[in-house]
Amino acid sequence: MIRLIGSKVFWRGILIFNAVSVLLPVFFLINSSLRSSVDFAKNPMALAWHPYWQNFSQVWQNGDFANFLKNSLIITVGSLVVILAFGVGAGFVLGRYQFRGQNFILGFILTAMLIPAKLMILPLFIQLKWMHLLDSHLGLILVYASGSLPAAIFILSGFFRALPADLDNAARIDGASEGQMIRKVLIPLVRPGLAIVTIYAAIPIWNDFFLPLVFLQTPAKKTIMQGLTIFFGEYGSQWGVLFAGLMIASLPLIALYLVLSEQFIKGLTAGAVKG
Amino acid sequence: MAKQGLKRQQNRMAVILLAPALATILLFTTIPAFTTLSYAFFHWSGFKRGSFAGFENFSRLFHFPFRDQFLIALRHNLLVFVGIFTIQTTLGIFLAYALFKIKRGQRFHRTVAFFPVIFSLVIVGYTWQIILNPFFGPVNYFFHSVHLDSLALTWLGETKTALPTLVFINLWRWVGFPTIIFLAGLNAISSDYVEAARIDGASEGQIFRKILFPLLAPSMTIVTILTFIGAFEWFDLPYVLGGSSGGPAGATDTLALMFYRLSFGSVDSIANEIGIGSALGVVIFLIVGLGATFGAKWLRGREVEA
Repeated sequence: MIRLIGSKVFWRGILIFNAVSVLLPVFFLINSSLRSSVDFAKNPMALAWHPYWQNFSQVWQNGDFANFLKNSLIITVGSLVVILAFGVGAGFVLGRYQFRGQNFILGFILTAMLIPAKLMILPLFIQLKWMHLLDSHLGLILVYASGSLPAAIFILSGFFRALPADLDNAARIDGASEGQMIRKVLIPLVRPGLAIVTIYAAIPIWNDFFLPLVFLQTPAKKTIMQGLTIFFGEYGSQWGVLFAGLMIASLPLIALYLVLSEQFIKGLTAGAVKG
Repeated sequence: MAKQGLKRQQNRMAVILLAPALATILLFTTIPAFTTLSYAFFHWSGFKRGSFAGFENFSRLFHFPFRDQFLIALRHNLLVFVGIFTIQTTLGIFLAYALFKIKRGQRFHRTVAFFPVIFSLVIVGYTWQIILNPFFGPVNYFFHSVHLDSLALTWLGETKTALPTLVFINLWRWVGFPTIIFLAGLNAISSDYVEAARIDGASEGQIFRKILFPLLAPSMTIVTILTFIGAFEWFDLPYVLGGSSGGPAGATDTLALMFYRLSFGSVDSIANEIGIGSALGVVIFLIVGLGATFGAKWLRGREVEA
């Protein structure tokens, strides 16, 4: 037994077992989305030898679904634009300038990072109502931006700080203004940081369920993850259609993960790495 | 002269670039965080604030009928933390060590192990709901076909199995996260220690127990604290699979679900109780905040210098 645990075969076996447990449910999801509901009810484990694409067209014809996807896209991209634009600016200043009050600002941002978003949902709800930002995509975008900005600023300021100081001076001697220097010289050099921040922020926002549940009330404004709960109520036991809905909702991230898995892993674990 | 111009330009730049980010954080995080504390000390009717209430909301939270709900939910959160912590952390270390040892195909296995983390809990929840469906799901179909009918349970529908099943689904979705943290921890350990021990004739098991595991303490701190916070704010999965009252029959109720019901009403009672909800919010915040702070302090004390 002890011999066995010491051997590479044992550990490789563990990895293969893990891969199967991870991929089997995903395969089940993909496979079932390509089978008719009647077929699925007969035998949930049969393979989709003859793909039944009608599930997907049926989801697509349900106009709401496309609308939910569009809403999620608007909210995710909108939040990213705010996070990157504001985050790059603040990250640059905190990473490259030295000024009085810097520690105070860092402390302010660090404190904001430690506040659990779920627990201030009530005052936010009332505040957004008062600002006429309740039940609006913009309101949600600002709340998401506020939630992700502290960590984004920390990550980006680290990247800006790591660039050699001579870069700025060289650009300045060449007659570049501060704005030009940031846009043309520094931003291209912190691109890996931008990628990490993008993934760090985008995935939880795309996947989020709680804030849209509370802040969006008009059905036409809801996001895809909420749409799925409506969808599951509507299509009861039309298994094929339900699976197709789940597939469509997860496809964007699966596709991106297959291309950018390294960046995903770095981005999603960025918050856990000691700063 | 030129230097002064640069300084002025930089000052202006600093203000222009910092202001939007700081204003957003102030408006949508800092201010609501401070007001959330004050809410617990007022009477509320609907979303309208009434007179000052002192500690009345807290005392109502700790009396009938809210007290029983609170204690049941708290117990579930504790069970979930212990369950997730023991299973997920052990498996995470196990998998990280396997990835650490096996270099060929490591990239593939690492990518696969982390894969479920990118899925929304809504998608994970619904997919597993169908997989575990008592009539149409493949799991019970399998048990019936091998004549183990006694194992074909109503996994999410029975009070006894619902919470463990949710913990299992959570495990499937999350285990890649501690795995990656522990793998990063293992990779950060200098190979000198391991080689020196090997020259001294230490077995692989001894190397793991005496060298690698103790040096993983910083990763352990991070994983423990994040698991603790996650367990006490557990909301999405129980909501998607059990509804806002933690079905079946409250078997999967959590503090966050109770907080949501008190704040925004539920199917059973349309009226909300913002005062008591906020009091519960403060209590959750204290549990998470104090637990994480003292937990981190204690765990950091155990870390050895490497």
